[in-house]
Amino acid sequence: MEVILAFVTGGLYAAGLYLMMRRSIVKLIIGLALLSHAANLLIFTAGGLTRAKAPLIPEGVLEPETPFADPLPQALILTAIVISFGVLAFAVVLVNRAYHTVGTDDLDEMKATDT
Amino acid sequence: MKLLLVFPIIIPLITAAALFLAWRWRQVQRGLGVCGMAVLLGMDLKLLESVYNKGIQAVQIGSWPAPYGITLVVDLFSAIMVVLAGLMGLAVALYSLVTMDAQRESFGYYPLLQILLMGVNGAFLTGDIFNLYVWFEVMLMASFVLLALGGTKPQMEGAIKYVTLNLMSSALFLAAVGILYGMVGTLNMADLSRKLSNVGEPGLVMTLAMMFLVAFGIKSAVFPLFFWLPASYHTPPVAISAIFAGLLTKVGVYALIRVFTLLFVQNVAYTHTLILVIAGFTMVTGVLGAMAQMEFRRILSFHIISQIGYMVMGLGLFTPLALAGSVFYIIHHIIVKTNLFLMSGVVFRLCGSFELKKLGGVYRSHPLAAVLFLIPALSLAGLPPLSGFFAKLILVKAGLETERYFIVIVALGVSLLTLFSMVKIWTEAFWKSRPLSDRDSELQMSWRSNNSIGSLLFPVTILAVLTVAIGLAAGPVFNLSIRAAGQLLDSGDYIQAVLGERP
Repeated sequence: MEVILAFVTGGLYAAGLYLMMRRSIVKLIIGLALLSHAANLLIFTAGGLTRAKAPLIPEGVLEPETPFADPLPQALILTAIVISFGVLAFAVVLVNRAYHTVGTDDLDEMKATDT
Repeated sequence: MKLLLVFPIIIPLITAAALFLAWRWRQVQRGLGVCGMAVLLGMDLKLLESVYNKGIQAVQIGSWPAPYGITLVVDLFSAIMVVLAGLMGLAVALYSLVTMDAQRESFGYYPLLQILLMGVNGAFLTGDIFNLYVWFEVMLMASFVLLALGGTKPQMEGAIKYVTLNLMSSALFLAAVGILYGMVGTLNMADLSRKLSNVGEPGLVMTLAMMFLVAFGIKSAVFPLFFWLPASYHTPPVAISAIFAGLLTKVGVYALIRVFTLLFVQNVAYTHTLILVIAGFTMVTGVLGAMAQMEFRRILSFHIISQIGYMVMGLGLFTPLALAGSVFYIIHHIIVKTNLFLMSGVVFRLCGSFELKKLGGVYRSHPLAAVLFLIPALSLAGLPPLSGFFAKLILVKAGLETERYFIVIVALGVSLLTLFSMVKIWTEAFWKSRPLSDRDSELQMSWRSNNSIGSLLFPVTILAVLTVAIGLAAGPVFNLSIRAAGQLLDSGDYIQAVLGERP
């Protein structure tokens, strides 16, 4: 299972980076989104995969029955999703505003501030 | 007192909340913004005094025991950085009272500045590597909005490049943290420091070290990852440029130093030599880029990159003297760089442009402003008795002691080219007469009519006085730096403060 997820993560990274190198700013944003999804999936896979054992403590017992899924990577992924949601929302509005201000959505044209 | 560690994060948070509540009253925002910064600086100084007297301190958030909970740790290095952040925040807040236009002030400039400082302080104080990611994101989010606030065309272009590259760096950082957790099983930096040497896969640990190097390298703008900086730092208003230049890249350098002195010290010959090579390239490419520019703030942006090379050089050399040099350099550079950016704003006020070809004659009309530029400029180039001289001296001495002669030659050569750059700005903007042009008559009128730069010069003067003071009192500052470096290199005290037991 880890192998399949590793390939999926790799595919998402490849797609995200490819899109980020395109000319259109909308594709840039989609690429950034795919990149953060790939990072989340990477944390999930690297944290260890356990099938069908939620980290919940049943009634009357002090510990969950081992082996159970590690809750910490899930917390990391949740935090990362929320952060990237906020940042991507800002990025979308920024790209919209930039399109209206600069007048083009072609990234190759936006080189006035470069050296 | 343990609560003292939480204050640098809580105070800007409360101030930001109060400023959001006072959204409609701009005068209240202005007053409260500056007061909040002053209170923050006061608490930061108390924190530094506490760490200086009592050693490294840690507090567990929510009383969850380490390594399960999040720890806030402060050692001398963190305390110094927090004080510098508070100082720069106050200087920039005072400066922006005069210069920030009403539109930006009405749309949340002051609360955003507080949130930026909260993120910066959080990054300096946290002892948990995922929490570091979160504070980086808080700081980055505030900086995104500050960079784009106002919506002018150069700001939008700069913001797209800044946002893209920093988000890539965050994604890489996140992936590295994920793999690190999967490999070691903990996120607490003190616990990681104990366990990383016992991991049975040194190749994977080295891969992670490289991932962290790239992620923090993008944030600290080292070669070859710095190209977002000259494309974006010269676009926002001067006060925002100044706080970015002083703080944001230094948080990246702090993270680099923390990670490569506490966590990844297993194969120093490889990692730190690589860091040294990167530092050399950074110094050279930064200053060569600056030599090609003819606009005030673009030159200063390239100089940020070049000086980051010096700080990373200290990390690469990895001796107590070298790290003390890094700490001293960071202290010197934060103050000088912010000061230079603020001075570029003063010159803009007087002459109406940032292009060196259109500037001139400031020395004749405002000699005090010219001297206040000369002090940080010569300090950046490294002239005695200013702070830059001693910072570079410590680094050069550390390089000679470890027999890394090539990097010392590079550092000294770059210093000469930095002097060339500063003299270029001085000649073009201050010394030569104002060039004549068609619209000259009205520009000359507004130039001669005493533009009120008096209140602008107040924060600039404080920072210039600090630069001279650090230079003249280099001994005590050096003692502080060498104590901080000692704490960085010997992680036993850090681990004991966090986990309660020696490794």
